[in-house]
Amino acid sequence: MNWKSLQPYLLVTPQTLIFLVFLVFPILLIGVVSFWGFNGYAMVPGFTWDNYIGVFTSEVALKIYLNTFRYVGLVWVCSLAIAFPVAYFLAFHIDSLRWKVILFLVCTIPFWTSNIIRNIAWVPLLGKEGLVNQILQSLHLTQQPLEFLLYSDFAVVLGLVYLYTFFMIAPIFNSLMRIDRNLITAARDMGASGFQVLKEVILPLAAPGIAIGSIFVTTLVMGEFVTVRLMGGGQSASIGKLISTQIGSLQYPLAAANAVILLAVTLVMVAAILQVVDIRQEL
Amino acid sequence: MGKITRRKILQTGLAAGAFLAATRCAAPKGTPNNPAPGPEVNTNQIKDVTLRFIGTGVSQVNEIRDKAEADLGFKLDMRALSTEENNQIAISQPGQYDIFDGEYFSLPLVIPSGNLQPIDITRIKDFDKIVPFFTSGKFNGMPVESSQGTAPYKVMYLTGPDSTEFSATPTDWATLIPFQYNADTLGYRPDLVGRKIETWAELFNPEFKGKTSILDIPQIGIMDAAMVAEAAGLMTFGDKGNMTKAEIDQITDILKDQKKAGQFRAFWKTFDESVNLMASGEVVLQSMWSPAVTAVKSKGIGCVYAPFKEGYRGWGGGVGLSKKLEGIALDAAYDYMNWMLDGWVGAFLGRQGYYSAAPENAKKFMSPEEWDFWYEGKSAAVDMIDPFGATLEKAGSVRDGGSFKERFGNIVVWNSTMNENVYLVQKWQEFIAS
Repeated sequence: MNWKSLQPYLLVTPQTLIFLVFLVFPILLIGVVSFWGFNGYAMVPGFTWDNYIGVFTSEVALKIYLNTFRYVGLVWVCSLAIAFPVAYFLAFHIDSLRWKVILFLVCTIPFWTSNIIRNIAWVPLLGKEGLVNQILQSLHLTQQPLEFLLYSDFAVVLGLVYLYTFFMIAPIFNSLMRIDRNLITAARDMGASGFQVLKEVILPLAAPGIAIGSIFVTTLVMGEFVTVRLMGGGQSASIGKLISTQIGSLQYPLAAANAVILLAVTLVMVAAILQVVDIRQEL
Repeated sequence: MGKITRRKILQTGLAAGAFLAATRCAAPKGTPNNPAPGPEVNTNQIKDVTLRFIGTGVSQVNEIRDKAEADLGFKLDMRALSTEENNQIAISQPGQYDIFDGEYFSLPLVIPSGNLQPIDITRIKDFDKIVPFFTSGKFNGMPVESSQGTAPYKVMYLTGPDSTEFSATPTDWATLIPFQYNADTLGYRPDLVGRKIETWAELFNPEFKGKTSILDIPQIGIMDAAMVAEAAGLMTFGDKGNMTKAEIDQITDILKDQKKAGQFRAFWKTFDESVNLMASGEVVLQSMWSPAVTAVKSKGIGCVYAPFKEGYRGWGGGVGLSKKLEGIALDAAYDYMNWMLDGWVGAFLGRQGYYSAAPENAKKFMSPEEWDFWYEGKSAAVDMIDPFGATLEKAGSVRDGGSFKERFGNIVVWNSTMNENVYLVQKWQEFIAS
């Protein structure tokens, strides 16, 4: 082998090592621990299916998984419904590149502060004595403060959509920007209506962006626990929250088993998305 | 529990900057006498000692560390952990620490690991001055003597110098030297509740529907829930500190019903969340920790830490020795424990509303007005200032729950490690997910 043919391997070595040591190895460890036993305070190395049997036979676990899927579904629909028009507007209705960039950056505002601060800031807005309730009551639209605004599933979905819509906007915007404007002009010349252009030209070409955004949103929401806890006021459950409570109670093997299952489920969802859309055509 | 957050408050006070001057001014004149001065030859050696602490508690306060280093001549290295990490390291990595600062109720988990060495109480000068509900289980014949749960006294003594077995009667070998402890109850907003709350049962009162909260830490939350359910006459327990599976089933069913009926506004997990819920008025009555009540009050919002006829849920923590500790470092550790009981620390904590393990020693370092307010339950003769310079109570106010005796004498259950802990966590998840 000569130096030239070795070069690419050497170039990928650092990245590969980092992935192996900091990603693959910890995941393998989680996998190993998920088969261990525990006695209430310490892990006992060994091999047992008990943790998995416990998860699969537990009605609570099933209920929590279904609830997590519900959040994923709702957040996906809402964020797509918001992200596509926003990205479309940025890509096709703003002419100057400078303004495109500025408005795109405006979309990142939610990320200028920490997740915790953002979540706490909802209280004065949505709380019983919060801004929204005060406005509704002063307009005499409601007599009592609306309690569902905070510490409810509504609040959880709202918080998640607020957080993750940007992850949908960015890849869709990217896809839309790559569309050759001549295609749209050609479609128009052929007599396509605005809706037909959207349906026959833009949507298919934006599909990879939507798929990438969907992968982001799905994986992020599947593992979410801070927002679920803070916005749900601790009354809502998700898999991430279940795992965090188990870790808090020193039940690491159970938490590891749940983490492995969560990882598998999430990978299946990602694979399903990739089956529908070939994202490589756009990368 | 949640002591990391308590520590955070203290650190915030520290960041405010005024602490040093305030501490020096507030402390009575004279330095505390170092109770165990080593022989001349040792002093140089002891200077090289660094004691590594792990813990979550108020011991991890920079002022206490600085004062200890100045008085004792060796270094302290404090490591703040969550309650779970603290136990985990205590159980699995004895080489990582010299002194374990943890809660009594974690001892049934930690002691069997053999990683703590029994403390020779003949080397603890003021052991007899420690509050008796730690050392003898007695306290003026009050209810605390027959309290349920992992009462500190039940796990205070070991059967011998190499033992990992608890002794039911006093021996010369102790597990932890008590350091910080309190009597927990519910807190409420008097302005929004509009009347006096006198029983735990009120947490389930439909009058407060959608305005109550309970803490989402299974082991403690279930205990508060048990106090409420028992007070409301919904069920009884053989031992609230060690529930059977059937009892856990029954109490989680009660909780689920209450949740379904919309009784709870939210559940909280951290200190800050409980303060926010109360201060914003989202919740008017909830499980609370003493410093959280202080934090709400410091925002100028009225908050009462309610004394109930059914009594309190108590918790206690202390410091223990790693089995790896020996020689000069072990001597230093005993010096530290003696210093800790000597009074300066007790007074420092006392000014924040905590209690000293050896109150009569702390008294020497407190002004008579401070002592009367914090320990005797008398109305404050002057404003009560904490070590960081903040005014905690105005002159004329009275401590919630009254005197030290009234509060601690009425502890009926202690934070506990139950035999059915795994089952408890599972059922608690069911409740949260319901």
